Amino acid sequence: MAKVRGAIVVDIEKCKGCGVCVTACPTNVIQLAKQVNGKGYNYAYMENPEACTGCANCALVCPDTVIEVYRVKV
Amino acid sequence: MADIEIKDIIKKENLVYSKSKILTDNEMHYCPGCSHGTSHKLVAEVIEEMGIQEKTIGISPVGCSVLAYNYLDIDWQQAAHGRAPALATAAKRLMPDHFVFTYQGDGDLASIGTAEILHACNRGENITVIFVNNAIYGMTGGQMAPTTLIGMPTATSPYGREAALHGFPLKITELIAQLPGVAYVTRQSVHTPAAARKAKKAIRKGFENQEKKIGTSFIEIVSTCSSGWKLSPVASNQWMEEHMFKFYPLGDLKDAERDNEADYKKYIE
Ligand SMILES: Cc1ncc(C[n+]2csc(CCOP(=O)(O)OP(=O)(O)O)c2C)c(N)n1
Ligand code: SF4
Ligand code: SF4
Repeated sequence: MAKVRGAIVVDIEKCKGCGVCVTACPTNVIQLAKQVNGKGYNYAYMENPEACTGCANCALVCPDTVIEVYRVKV
Repeated sequence: MADIEIKDIIKKENLVYSKSKILTDNEMHYCPGCSHGTSHKLVAEVIEEMGIQEKTIGISPVGCSVLAYNYLDIDWQQAAHGRAPALATAAKRLMPDHFVFTYQGDGDLASIGTAEILHACNRGENITVIFVNNAIYGMTGGQMAPTTLIGMPTATSPYGREAALHGFPLKITELIAQLPGVAYVTRQSVHTPAAARKAKKAIRKGFENQEKKIGTSFIEIVSTCSSGWKLSPVASNQWMEEHMFKFYPLGDLKDAERDNEADYKKYIE
């Protein structure tokens, strides 16, 4: 059966750490980092990258549109 | 689990979602999690997908979204507080082949600008209105708005809004749906992926209605203002679901074309 794998790229310096993507992700891929970016925000990152399906839910609800989504059939 | 490395997924040919070309590279000044950012994005995606960048004129309000013109690469005018529908009327009448929309908060649209929006809608101006209702004055520090819910604390109603003292929250969208010049009225939100997809469809329909010349399209987006509400962005979304949606239920209030109402037909040339 064809499976999909996805990955996101967060523009760390533009992320405001709102966390809306964390709740939007159906497979709990995203967490907010313990570290902060230049603006002092705990930015989003892939904590469970293997679970990403590239659905783009996170990117769609990101108010600052700082997430790019990639998807590939494997 | 198939063996593939992240770096092999993150390749140009696998890109499935990125920022709309209509959005500029300017960093938005909005607070973290603000619905304005998501609403801007959806409008930008609709403009890009319809291929109407060169023919779209936005009218920005007074309020946090006063600087919307910095974020969408289209033509803009910036209106005095509440007067966006008047500018949109002029722009659309002078350039009927352009797509003209106002983008307004609830303080702008439902308080100081009540007369403008009601009369523009009553004239059936062939424009699209994006109404971002966060039930508060965000820009000026979280004062009570006409749309503030009963019991909701704000800077000017610290013990919560009371009907006897402050009056009732104004369902301006319901009022506007009564007007025969209005073709399409819907209430959406942008806080979840499903909601954002529906809101985007509604915005697109609002823009497409301008081509059909059937009267005003009015899209309310029930929104959060985490700074004004003094909640985190995620808690604001939950609060909105629990409280705002009860008073401002999501869904279509009017679709004159679908329901074949006589009113809209007199607008078709
Ligand atoms: C004529 C005039 N009166 C009052 C103000 C002050 N003022 C600026 S923004 C605003 C309210 C904005 O609230 P809203 O429209 O809900 O937008 P938000 O900031 O929440 O997005 C007010 C009263 C003004 N700029 N001009
Ligand atoms: S693309 Fe989908 S699965 Fe991947 S992180 Fe974003 S929401 Fe989660
Ligand atoms: S004050 Fe409220 S409406 Fe204004 S940018 Fe901040 S969250 Fe958004």
